[in-house]
Amino acid sequence: MFDLTENPISVSTFAEQLRNETCGALVSFDGWVRNHNEGQQVLRLEYESYPALAIKEGEKILAEALQRFPIARVVCVHRTGSLDIGDIAVWVGVSAPHRGEAFDACRYVIDEVKLRVPIWKKEHYLDGDSGWVNCEACATAKHNHHHS
Amino acid sequence: MKTIHIEYFAILREQAERASESLLTDAPTAEALFQELQSAHGFAAPRNFKVAINDEFSVWAAKLQDGDRVVFIPPVAGG
Repeated sequence: MFDLTENPISVSTFAEQLRNETCGALVSFDGWVRNHNEGQQVLRLEYESYPALAIKEGEKILAEALQRFPIARVVCVHRTGSLDIGDIAVWVGVSAPHRGEAFDACRYVIDEVKLRVPIWKKEHYLDGDSGWVNCEACATAKHNHHHS
Repeated sequence: MKTIHIEYFAILREQAERASESLLTDAPTAEALFQELQSAHGFAAPRNFKVAINDEFSVWAAKLQDGDRVVFIPPVAGG
């Protein structure tokens, strides 16, 4: 199950969904909001998604993980809206009979989610500036458009 | 002419100063539609942008049909 939520991610609730008597391993990944990025101090973040396609692409990644790795269950949840430093932005959990495949599948899911799922992150900095991450060129053009 | 519905997210929503709009257009492809909107809203060159039509990833050369819902996707940054 891939989900988007505006509420704090309750890890124990999602971990419980992974329980399975054939499994000897649960591997999970917490993505936290960090207080700095590329030399700038970050105060808070906003995540925005394109929900219909984000859920579709997220579910596709989870289906791929279930096909590629001998795992039992996999869940990924991503926050949207305004987040503070230390909040969980994304959570991935995988249960599997053996730990190796659970680690591999967990890594696969978080890497693919970051690459493919239409979710964007806006950082608000200590100096009052803000910016959409990975989109430096777009921001520059906006600046020129308004002031040149 | 056909009517195309466009939804904006993230930086494009801010630059367009709206979350969506419907446009009567002759643009034959997604690429031509972006170019039309680029001059209207001052969007940057769509470097590494993707495009979705009716909630599916598509290609820039895709032919637009009347009533299509189009979303331009700037580089993503989840996680």
